[in-house]
Amino acid sequence: MDAIFLQILNGLDKGGAYALIALGLTLVFGTLGVVNFAHGALFMLGSFCAVTLNRLFNLSFVRVSETEKDFLGNPLKEQVPYLQEWFGPQVSGFLLEWSVPLSILLAIIVMAAVGVIMERGLIKHFYKRPHADQILVTFGLAIVLQEIVRHYFGANPIPQSAPAIFAGAADVGSWVGLGENVYYPWWRLIYFLFSAVVIFGVFAFLQFTTFGMVVRAGMQDRETVGLLGINIQRRFTIVFGLAAAVAGIAGAMYTPILPPDYHMGMDFLVLSFVVVVVGGMGSLSGAVLAGFLLGILQSIASMNEIKSILPGIDQIIIYLVAVIVLLTLPRGLMGRKGVMEE
Amino acid sequence: MSKKFIINRRSVLKYGGVASAALATPYFFTRGALAQSENYRNAPKGGTVTFGFNVPQTGAYADEGADELRAYELAVEHINAGGGGMLDTFSSSALRDAGGGVNGKKVEFVTGDTQTKSDAARASAKRMIENDGAIMITGGSSSGVAIAVQGLCQEAGVIFMAGLTHSNDTTGKDKRANGFRHFFNTEMTGAALAPVLKNNYGTDRKAYHLTADYTWGWSQEESIKKYTEQLGWETVAAVRTPLGAGDFSQYITPVLNSGADVLVLNHYGKDMVNSLTQAVQFGLRDKQVNGKNFEIVVPLYSRLMAQGAGENVKGIFGSTNWHWSLQDEASQAFVKSFGEKYGFPPSQAAHTCYCQAILYADACQRAGTFRPSAVGAALEDFEFDGLGNGPVLYRGDDHQCFKDILVVKGKENPSSKFDLLEVVEVTPRAQVEYPAELLGGELGPYNDGEA
Repeated sequence: MDAIFLQILNGLDKGGAYALIALGLTLVFGTLGVVNFAHGALFMLGSFCAVTLNRLFNLSFVRVSETEKDFLGNPLKEQVPYLQEWFGPQVSGFLLEWSVPLSILLAIIVMAAVGVIMERGLIKHFYKRPHADQILVTFGLAIVLQEIVRHYFGANPIPQSAPAIFAGAADVGSWVGLGENVYYPWWRLIYFLFSAVVIFGVFAFLQFTTFGMVVRAGMQDRETVGLLGINIQRRFTIVFGLAAAVAGIAGAMYTPILPPDYHMGMDFLVLSFVVVVVGGMGSLSGAVLAGFLLGILQSIASMNEIKSILPGIDQIIIYLVAVIVLLTLPRGLMGRKGVMEE
Repeated sequence: MSKKFIINRRSVLKYGGVASAALATPYFFTRGALAQSENYRNAPKGGTVTFGFNVPQTGAYADEGADELRAYELAVEHINAGGGGMLDTFSSSALRDAGGGVNGKKVEFVTGDTQTKSDAARASAKRMIENDGAIMITGGSSSGVAIAVQGLCQEAGVIFMAGLTHSNDTTGKDKRANGFRHFFNTEMTGAALAPVLKNNYGTDRKAYHLTADYTWGWSQEESIKKYTEQLGWETVAAVRTPLGAGDFSQYITPVLNSGADVLVLNHYGKDMVNSLTQAVQFGLRDKQVNGKNFEIVVPLYSRLMAQGAGENVKGIFGSTNWHWSLQDEASQAFVKSFGEKYGFPPSQAAHTCYCQAILYADACQRAGTFRPSAVGAALEDFEFDGLGNGPVLYRGDDHQCFKDILVVKGKENPSSKFDLLEVVEVTPRAQVEYPAELLGGELGPYNDGEA
């Protein structure tokens, strides 16, 4: 029972990441009709916002130490962060420790800008082109983005730590009346809550604002909304920026769980597309539901008891579920009629 | 009328002696000429000879690959200059005496990306052999890759000087005459690490293994199980994880209530960074199980991985082939030349690759040829010193190097971002030696790739 509970928690935070990426994918697909294979790269770029902010806080000047030696026996060239020099060790220490949560602010600005530039500079030229063209160009863009990141940040994962206050694991067993030794990392719980808040925020934005209402109307019938004199194109650009920002902040917050590297976008992208297809193309709630569902199923399938009966099931469970869902519900769990059915 | 040919004892001795002398004479005079014959794969024709450096530039072991490439470039510089780095401390003076280059030829090199995938590694090695004329292939940071490329080199008729490969199988059941390994293996890791684990954690432990699901992981899991079970440890479970899994949380959660009090991470590179980081996040190191502190063991360590895992490595035991903090003259010479060129100390991957390039070039110089069988003969049972591991034997029976093994621990108070591991024990070579037949396999004959 303890093991199942822990695997469900695992599934929830993994599902949170899947759901956030799938949410952005669906948002872009549902509004603009664009299949964006660069969406995983946006998740990766977001995580590198955290790395960049950390490096900005660490920008240093060199001071030669009189007493210490480097690994070659020469006088040690100490790197002294400007922040430490200007504001003292306490302030700079605080900023460094909180660089991951703070990077959300950077990620929102940077990723929204990246999204807008991407939509205006590239995507808008492909609205009327076949999905195959959109896939090719966005996949190419994803490769270009990841190679740029690799060039500047290297191929090795770059660990980012969560604030010390969230270090260690929570005694979740005692919360739900289970036995001892049922612990779960604080930061993963935070990530799950964070993803739930972001998902709720996006839904609320689309549901309860005039902007959201127009976008939803545009999703149903772009031409009619345009005929009403609404500049739907500008709103779609903003939606693309919003989708990029959602992927970006999801990536930034994920860095203490998985040290960012240039390839992480591709790793998540394939899974997220499966999530979107299972949830139903164009359905926001379907994407979220499928994200959590597949995350939990994947985690439960990795339990030793299940793998001893069905070896390797954890590797294929997501694809197996996709096959079963598509055979029984060809539009996915909550797919809309007419989407990709022409 | 011809004289009748009579066979008697005198004539047998007389004609036999003449025939023997006639048969032996050409060999005596042409032995050197045969060795110099260019009837072998990619025999260098002009004033240069091409080495093929096949390293992972992408994938889970990309960081090791980048350091390997740096070391190879440094080795080529030193070979062409006839000195520098560990070439100055190497016990064989053949290359120094030659005054630069190998067999009168300057070394050039081509590179390939293994992508840490066997098929990609074979494809890039094939390209270097067939298109670029590489006389020797070296590199790799995965035993799966090493075994695949070693097989290819055997078929193609060039020498393979394995880079970072730790699986027993490379010089065990999958060994090949054309393949040579300087790096140690999991059998040696088990033999060196077990006594240290016993001294620190006792003989009554329950271990849970997480293992990278390919030849190296299986080999390491088997060796560590073998040696720890000999101590009295019980193996609770051994779970295989896919290479490059990224998020290991789903594999770590079952450890929490498995009853195990030790987690053995048979992971390397990016996988080890992630699995160790996540194991610490799950609070494993703060737990008490069976009345004992829960411990984590990382049997194969590297400074690069320790850098990736950060503070999480503190106090964790493992083994390594070489470490930059060693104070012997050779290690210091290598650290100095590498550090001056690149600004940071070399990793164990860089060290073993540098050694392999030097050892190959030296063997060619001593053999007076690049012919694989002659170079192989020069390497077999070659004893050397001055390459940072003390006296080393390149055993002829399986083409495996035997040397002292370092047991290391994550440093509690590092003085710099490179000073992450401390050597806690140098296990003598005699303690990690084993009979060649233990790991099975057959070397088979050399392949010179003769046309």
